[in-house]
Parts: sequence; structure tokens; C-alpha cells
Amino acid sequence: MSLDMLDLVALAVIGVFGAGIYGLLAVRNLFKMIVVLQILVKAALLALVTAGNRSGELVLAQSLALTVIVVDTVVAVVALALAVQVKHRTGSLDIQDLTRLKG
Amino acid sequence: MVVTFLMIGVVLAAFFAILAKRLLASTIWLAVLSALSAALFYVLGAPHVAVIELSVGAGLVTVLFVFAIAVSGGEDAGGPAPIPTVVAIVFGLGMMALLAWFILPIEAPEVIGEQMSFTQMLWEGRALDVMVQLAIIFSGVVSVLGLLGENVDAMPFARRKEGDA
Repeated sequence: MSLDMLDLVALAVIGVFGAGIYGLLAVRNLFKMIVVLQILVKAALLALVTAGNRSGELVLAQSLALTVIVVDTVVAVVALALAVQVKHRTGSLDIQDLTRLKG
Repeated sequence: MVVTFLMIGVVLAAFFAILAKRLLASTIWLAVLSALSAALFYVLGAPHVAVIELSVGAGLVTVLFVFAIAVSGGEDAGGPAPIPTVVAIVFGLGMMALLAWFILPIEAPEVIGEQMSFTQMLWEGRALDVMVQLAIIFSGVVSVLGLLGENVDAMPFARRKEGDA
């Protein structure tokens, strides 16, 4: 059984995506949570370009991927600012410390 | 052959970024992941995205992460995961199986649209996207300025905290 290039990239997408889902559930540091979000977006980008390559619409895929990169960067910047403020106010980066509900 | 190495490298970098103990190591592995995926983009025939991913993903975002970690002091939050590790692993594997079921084998129809150049597609075909990008960048700048502004007393969150105490 031989795998062509696109199948290999699809396997990479699946691996990175699985790592991201595991990270979302297992990570409790706020900064690392943002890293995990970036990893998930990388998987989506790879899938987008792979689909563009397969369907022959590579130019359109590149244009969409550019939008994804820009939006993802803005999301990361705002999330980092939020994390810095959380650390500033609560003195901790642990997501468990963010909840104010007791009981 | 190159793709095989890149594929293994991408997956390993993702796992190392999550499993790294220190935040800086995690950030560096994220940069490695960005660089390797940029190489994959180039191999797949998307050089424009590869260049932007390399400069923005591996460069700018890494610098921002390092800066934010340095500002906040970083490095805490150990302790056990919020949910049992076994459950997280099972969910991750389940999601991988679901995704594999959806996208493998890759059998999209060969649709060859009219071939535009990248510049033409970006500025004419997807002009609305460019406008939305500009709006999002602007709102991102405004929100970061608001979040990191010095005037703490003007924030409702700070007032509520004083009221509690």
C-alpha cells in the first residue's frame, strides 16, 4: 500500500489535530492554552492547503489561508493581553483559579 | 520522502509543544511547528502562504509569546490536569478517528477553475476578505490597547473586585 503525498499530509493534519484536542483538555496554564489554540489552527491551515492542492483551487486556498493566518494572529494577540491581565489581577495563570463560583 | 520527514516533524513538534514543562520551551516548539508547516505549504505548492506563515507564525507570534511570558513572569500552574489524563487521551484519539473517517482517503473532485494569479485573487476575488482583515486588525489593536491600558480604575472588573473586598 503506497501513500501519496496528500495522504501523508492528511495524516499529519489528523495527528496535529488530535494533539490539539488532547491539549485543550489536559492543559491548565493559560499561556499554554493559547499555544494549543495555535496548534489547532495550524492543523486547519494544513487541511485547507491540502484541499486546495487536491481540488486544483490552490490560489483560492492560499487566499483563504492568508485570512486565517491574519485572524489567528489577532486572536493570539488579544488572548495574550487577556492572559497578562489575568496574571496581573489574580496572580496566577491557572485556569482553575479563574472561577469565582464556590460551592 | 521529504514530505514524510516533514509530516513526522509536524506531529512531534505539536506533541512536544503540549507536553513541554516550561512555557518558553512550549513556545519554541510552536515556532518549530510553524516553520515545518511552512515547509509543507511550500511542498504543496503554496509559496505565498509559506512565506507569510514563516514570518508571522514562526516570527511574530513567537516574539509576542516570549514578550508576554516575560511581562507576566510566567512559569506556574503545575498540578494535575482538570480532567483525568485517560479521558483526555481517549477524547483525542476519538477525534482523530472521526477526522480520519471524514477526510481519508482524499477523493475531492478535480475542479479546475479559471486560473487567476494570487494577487488578482486576493485583491479582486476576495476583496471583502481583505476589508474584513483590516477591520479585525483594527479591532484587535483597539482591544489590546484597552486591555493593557494604564487606567485600571475605569474598568468595571476592577471596581467589582474592590467592592468584594
